[in-house]
Amino acid sequence: MSGTDFQTLRLAYARSADQDAAMPVHHPVVIVGAGPVGLALAIDLAQHGVRALVLDDDDKLSAGSRAICFAKRTLEICDRLGVGDRLVAKGVSWNVGKVHFQDELAYAFDLLPETGHRRPAFINLQQYYFEGYLYERARAMQGLEVRWKNRVVAVEPHGDRVVLAVETPEGTYRVEADYAVACDGSKSPLRTMLGQEAKGRVFHDRFLIADVKMNADFPAERWFWFDPPFHRNQSVLLHMQPDNVWRIDFQLGWDVDPDEERKPERVVPRVKALLGEDAQFEFEWISVYTFACQRMERFVHGRVIFAGDSAHGVSPFGARGANSGVQDADNLAWKLALVLEGKAPAALLDSYAAEREYAADENIRHSTRSTDFITPKTEVSRSFRDAVLKLAKEHPFARRLVNSGRLSLPATLAASPLNTPDGDAFSGTMVPGATIADAPVRTGGRDGWFLGHTGNRFTVVHFSAGGEPAPEVLAGLSALADAAIPVAAVVVVGKGTVSRAAQPGASAAAAAVAELDRAAVLEDAEALLAQRFDARDGTTYLIRPDQHVCARWRRFDPASIRAALARATCNT
Amino acid sequence: MSAMLNTDPNIADADDFYEALIDMHRDLTADESRLVNAKLILLLANHIGDRAVLRDAMARARDGVGAGRAAATPR
Ligand SMILES: Cc1cc2nc3c(=O)[nH]c(=O)nc-3n(C[C@H](O)[C@H](O)[C@H](O)COP(=O)(O)OP(=O)(O)OC[C@H]3O[C@@H](n4cnc5c(N)ncnc54)[C@H](O)[C@@H]3O)c2cc1C
Repeated sequence: MSGTDFQTLRLAYARSADQDAAMPVHHPVVIVGAGPVGLALAIDLAQHGVRALVLDDDDKLSAGSRAICFAKRTLEICDRLGVGDRLVAKGVSWNVGKVHFQDELAYAFDLLPETGHRRPAFINLQQYYFEGYLYERARAMQGLEVRWKNRVVAVEPHGDRVVLAVETPEGTYRVEADYAVACDGSKSPLRTMLGQEAKGRVFHDRFLIADVKMNADFPAERWFWFDPPFHRNQSVLLHMQPDNVWRIDFQLGWDVDPDEERKPERVVPRVKALLGEDAQFEFEWISVYTFACQRMERFVHGRVIFAGDSAHGVSPFGARGANSGVQDADNLAWKLALVLEGKAPAALLDSYAAEREYAADENIRHSTRSTDFITPKTEVSRSFRDAVLKLAKEHPFARRLVNSGRLSLPATLAASPLNTPDGDAFSGTMVPGATIADAPVRTGGRDGWFLGHTGNRFTVVHFSAGGEPAPEVLAGLSALADAAIPVAAVVVVGKGTVSRAAQPGASAAAAAVAELDRAAVLEDAEALLAQRFDARDGTTYLIRPDQHVCARWRRFDPASIRAALARATCNT
Repeated sequence: MSAMLNTDPNIADADDFYEALIDMHRDLTADESRLVNAKLILLLANHIGDRAVLRDAMARARDGVGAGRAAATPR
């Protein structure tokens, strides 16, 4: 399986029975577009037991690398989707970055990631691997179908459903869905069909990407040049990918002819100017791109929902496109599942829009700032940029101002209507709306990770420092597991206390743990979990299926948990 | 409470300071001077640190110059 060449892979069109039906066949969810976002969403829905049909107009995965940086949060979501290990095994991890200004090294940084997390800050991996692994996972799932060479050519929205016209090599047919999700990329034909547009700032600049294959002994570091001697007045980025492929990104300015610039005979001298005259390399992919920072005003339009690049676009600096699109899918899947099961009103889908529009604004703000630093638009802006870079060589304060792309971090949805505001005092970053932090745990005598015990369902995490939660807590947890929207239970016990609790007959509570057997009992192996969650004995968190905090308290109170659950599912 | 921008006389030997400021630019082209000014502003801004003070200073610097409202109100 690992030997698949995802770049040359052709995904065959196959006739479906829907094409021979007299009336449009009904599907709960039709996803338009099998890019990273559409595939992630389809897998997530299938994991929730929702049948998903994916339509894609093409018969290939991503042409060329496009995205290469996949951030920690994306990897954590992919762990939940069952492909995290493959991504990390194939991807390149890096920590050292070097920033050059003109003729010299301005400074180097080491990200020195915080320990006690399963996943690194990010990996570098070609987008076709990312899509390929998702596709192979999708193909192995029940209730998930991908149809290649199926182009959506018309959308007919109704109050209670949506009908799509689909063009295939054998003619056009129609399908009906409760919801259609447009994951059809930045040019989004569905957006146009609905008369919508994405608005924002278009940058008048062009960038050349040359992904080259070579046996270089460069270290796995990110090298960024501002105004280097080999490419005056512009920026250059060099970044490593697996399979000896290197991403080289040259800023070109606006007044160049993109068709000329992507000719290999034009690109070779640029690459040699960077790598040296004798450098031996082959091109894997050459592309000239422009970009805009923009988004749709609203991501939900009745029965048509937009996710990924169709809904929002950012500059590539800071690697926020695919990363934020996968978070859209993460946010949407559980909500769609609850609505389709009739366990939540359609208003829950509006919270998808509100939360992800907020996140898109944050991503746009970050990537606009990076873009303005890398490509200053006025003389004075250029002077400040150069001043920062000059000072950075000697002064650490100036290094914090250098912005060649900020790490893509998940948005904290602090203003979300799904959150229950704190009633008790807490410190730290695990506020309602934040994505939860990972930490090492031990369970059943084995080492594991906290995040792996959360997600997919609502989860109550109850901290019980002494290792023996009170019997009424266990009874409460058990009742929550049987609720209409079931809430899974995780009991976190202090380091070294689990053996006591697990000893049969050691206490009534321990017996109850053994009996309950639905609560995962996790030992806080390095006491990091309690620290990261600012937890004391009794502290209780309610966690959403997409691993965001929804509410937290200093003691276990089933009535408060039920109220928070109702609020988080718009069942109030 | 964050400090206020101090606009009272605060430099001990004002003439001396002013001379040094102008001297700092001696023999520089306009471009070079703009770069030096930018470096100076960044160094001083970091020394001050307080965002409210910086915002206040930017607004006062921009006040009455050019068209439109002061742009110096970064979020
Ligand atoms: C040079 C470059 C570098 C980048 N680097 C990064 C990075 O490092 N990190 C990062 O996170 N992001 C990066 N990105 C952005 C990333 O590539 C995109 O954000 C990501 O591909 C968006 O995924 P998507 O699924 O929304 O859309 P797409 O990947 O564009 O997929 C859309 C799919 O919809 C299909 N489709 C379109 N119309 C129809 C239709 N009518 N019917 C059926 N199917 C249709 C298309 O064939 C396609 O398969 C980069 C982008 C570029 C260009």
